[in-house]
Amino acid sequence: MMRKKGVPVLVGALLSLGVTVAHAGSLISPPGSFSKSTVIAGAKLFADHCSACHAVSNLRYNRLAIDLGMSKAEIKKDIMLPSGANYLNGMKPAMSQAEAKKWFGIPPPNLSHIVRAEGEPWVYTYLTSFYWDPTRPSGWNNRVFPEVAMPNVLASWGGIYTKSGKQLKAGSESPAAYHRQVAAIVAFLRYASDPSIFAREALGPYVLGALVLLSLVSYLLKKAYWKDIDDRRDAEGHINTSAMPKNKTKPDDT
Amino acid sequence: MSKFADWLNDRFPAREMMREHMTEYYAPKNFNILYYTGSLLLFMFFLQLISGFLLMAHYVPTSQDAFNSVQGIMYDTKWGWLIRYMHVDGVSLIFVLLYLHIGRGMLYGSYRRPRELLWIIGYVIYILMMGEAFFGYILPFGNLSYWAGQVITSILHAIPFIGPGLTTLARGGPGIGTATLERFLALHTVLWFLMLVAMILMHILALHQVGSNNPDGIEIKALKGPDGHPLDGIPFHPYYTVKDIFGVAVWLTIFAAIIFYAPTMHGVFLERTTFFRANPMVGLPDVTPPWYLAPYYAMLRAVPNKYWGIGLMALAIVLPFFLPWLDRNPVHSSRYRPVYRAMIILMAVVFFTLAWVGEQPPLPKYFFIERLGAAIYIGFYVLLPIVSSIEPTRKVPERVQA
Ligand code: HEC
Ligand code: HEM
Repeated sequence: MMRKKGVPVLVGALLSLGVTVAHAGSLISPPGSFSKSTVIAGAKLFADHCSACHAVSNLRYNRLAIDLGMSKAEIKKDIMLPSGANYLNGMKPAMSQAEAKKWFGIPPPNLSHIVRAEGEPWVYTYLTSFYWDPTRPSGWNNRVFPEVAMPNVLASWGGIYTKSGKQLKAGSESPAAYHRQVAAIVAFLRYASDPSIFAREALGPYVLGALVLLSLVSYLLKKAYWKDIDDRRDAEGHINTSAMPKNKTKPDDT
Repeated sequence: MSKFADWLNDRFPAREMMREHMTEYYAPKNFNILYYTGSLLLFMFFLQLISGFLLMAHYVPTSQDAFNSVQGIMYDTKWGWLIRYMHVDGVSLIFVLLYLHIGRGMLYGSYRRPRELLWIIGYVIYILMMGEAFFGYILPFGNLSYWAGQVITSILHAIPFIGPGLTTLARGGPGIGTATLERFLALHTVLWFLMLVAMILMHILALHQVGSNNPDGIEIKALKGPDGHPLDGIPFHPYYTVKDIFGVAVWLTIFAAIIFYAPTMHGVFLERTTFFRANPMVGLPDVTPPWYLAPYYAMLRAVPNKYWGIGLMALAIVLPFFLPWLDRNPVHSSRYRPVYRAMIILMAVVFFTLAWVGEQPPLPKYFFIERLGAAIYIGFYVLLPIVSSIEPTRKVPERVQA
C-alpha cells in the first residue's frame, strides 16, 4: 500500500540537504509508506508526545485492537497514558481543557478529523515547520500556522531552527529518522480520521471480484437472450422482429 | 401456481401490468450505452432509500449532537462507514447519471413531441433532486453545512415581499440551528422524498404512454409489422431487463470501487470542510456548493449585483423546461444535425467548466470564465430557435440503424 500522491523526489532532495522546514506556501507530503505497522508506530509516538494535550475523541482505544491488531495489554501499556483513560472510550488528553486553556490561551483541538480536514501534507508540513521566535510567549512560531499557540514538542528530536533555516541546536535524531517519525504520527492521524481504511482495503478485492464475476455472468445471460435478435439480422442489419417467437405466440393472449 | 395466479389476477391487475409495462412494452432495439442511465437511476434511488433509512436510525437532528451522531456512524457503528459512504457517494453518482440522462435526451431530441411532458416531469425530478441534495447536505452539520445553509436560505431573502419571512420559515428561526435540522430532516426524508417517488412514477408512466425515443430519433411506432408491433421494437422483458441487469452489475462495480478505494473522491464527493464541526464563529473563506450544483453558483457569481445574479441563476435553471418548443427542426437526433450536435457538445463543456469554476474561490481572474460560460449557456437557448430553423441536416434513414 504505497502512498499514491506525493513528491518523493522533492522530499528526498530536501532530506539530503538536511533542510527540516518547509518553505512557506509549499506543502510537503510525508515520506514513507502507509501501513498498519507505520500507524501503530505513529500511535505510540502520538501517545508519548501529543496525548498530553490533544484528544482524538472519536477514536476509541479498543479500535486500535480491532483495526490494527494491537493487543489490549500493548494498548494499555503504550497508548493509554493519560490517567483515567478508558479502553472503551475515545482517546483523551492528559491535560484538562480548562488547564490547557490557561496555559495556551486556546484549548488544544481534538485531532480526530484533522487529516481529512487539512490533508496529510498540511499536517506533516505544519509539524515540521516550527521555528524559534523569541517574540512569542512560548518562543515558537510556525511557517504554515503563524502565531501558533502550540509549542514545538518535537524540538528535542528534530533540533531548533530560526526562521531563515539556521540551526540553533541539533536534534537527537538524524534528519531522516526524525522525518520518518513525524510521518508515522501523520499516518496515525490519517488512520484516526478514517478508521475504516484497513477494513475497506482488506475487503475491497473480494467485493470487486464478486461484482466483476456478477457482471460477467449477467453479460453472458444478456448475450444468450439477445441471440434471438442477433440471429435475425438481414443483410442491412435490420431485424425482422415480427418473426420473433416472443411476438408470435402468447399462450393466454386474447 | 396458476390457480393462485388466477385468484390474484381476479383481484389485482398483476398480469395486465406485467404485459403493459414489460412483456408487451416495445422498446427500440438500438439503445446505446446512454440508455442504461434510466434504470441505473431507479436502482440508485432505491439504494439511497435503504442507506438513508439505516443512517436515520443513528442520526440526531440537533445542533449539539448532529455532527457527532454522524461521526458515531463512521467510527462506532458496525458497517456504518459503508452505509454513509454509500449514501454520500451515491448522491454524486446520481448526479453523474442525471447529467448523462439529460444530455442523452438533448443529444437525441428525446424532449421533442410527443415526449414534452416526459421531459418536463424529468426536469422537475432534477430540480427536486437538487433540493433533496441540499437538505441532505445540511444534516451532518459540518462547518460547510452550516455556512451553505446560511448562504442558500439567505437567497430566499431576495424574493420580493415574502423573502424575509420565507428565510425565517426555512430556518425555523433567525439562524441555522436545531429547528433548521429538524425541518430539513423532515423535508429530506418525507416531503421531498415522497414528491420524488410520485414524480418518478409519473415519469415512467408518461414514458410508457409515448414509448422510448432512440439514438436515431425516429419513431418506431411509425413502422409496424403485420402483428401490430413496431418492426424495430423488441419487448422490454426479457431483452432489456437482462440488459439492464448487466448495466446494474457493471455500475455496482464502479460504485464499490469508489466506496472502497476513494470514498471522498479526493474531496470532491465529500468535501474537506465537512470535517469541521459547524461553528458560527468560524467563517469559511469561501463557501462553495458541491460540484453538481456549482454551475449555477458560478452563474450567480458572474453578476456583481446580488438580485440580478439570483435572477440569472433562476433563469438558467428554468430554461430547459422550454426546450421542446425552442427546437424547431423537424429532425430530432443530433446524429443527423451536425450544427446542433456541436452546440450540445459545447454546452456540456461549458456546463462542466462552470462546475469547476464554481468551486474556485471568488477571484477576479475567474470572473471572465464565469461570464463567458453564463453567456454561452443562456445563448444556447436564445439561439436555438433560429439555428434550428436554418441549420443543415443529413438524410434521416427510414429505419433505426444497427
Ligand atoms: C503542550 C500541548 C501540546 C502538545 C504536547 C501538542 N500540541 Fe498540538 N496544539 C496545541 C495547541 C494549544 C494547539 C492550538 C494552536 C492554535 O490554534 O494556535 C495545537 C494545534 C495543533 C494542530 C493544528 C490544529 C488545527 O486545528 O489546525 C495540530 C495538527 C497539532 N496540534 C498536532 C499535534 C501533534 C501531532 C502533536 C504531537 C507531536 C501535538 N500537536 C502536541 C498544543 C499541543
Ligand atoms: C431519479 C431520476 C430519474 C429516473 C429514475 C428516471 C428514469 C427513467 C427511465 C427508467 C427511463 C427509461 C430508460 C431510459 O431511457 O434510460 C427514462 C427515460 C427518459 N427520461 Fe428519465 N429519469 C430520471 C430523471 C430524468 C430527468 C432529470 C430528465 C430530464 C430533464 C429525464 C428525461 C427523460 C427522457 C426524455 C426519457 C426518454 C428518453 C428517450 O426515450 O430517449 N429523466 N427515465
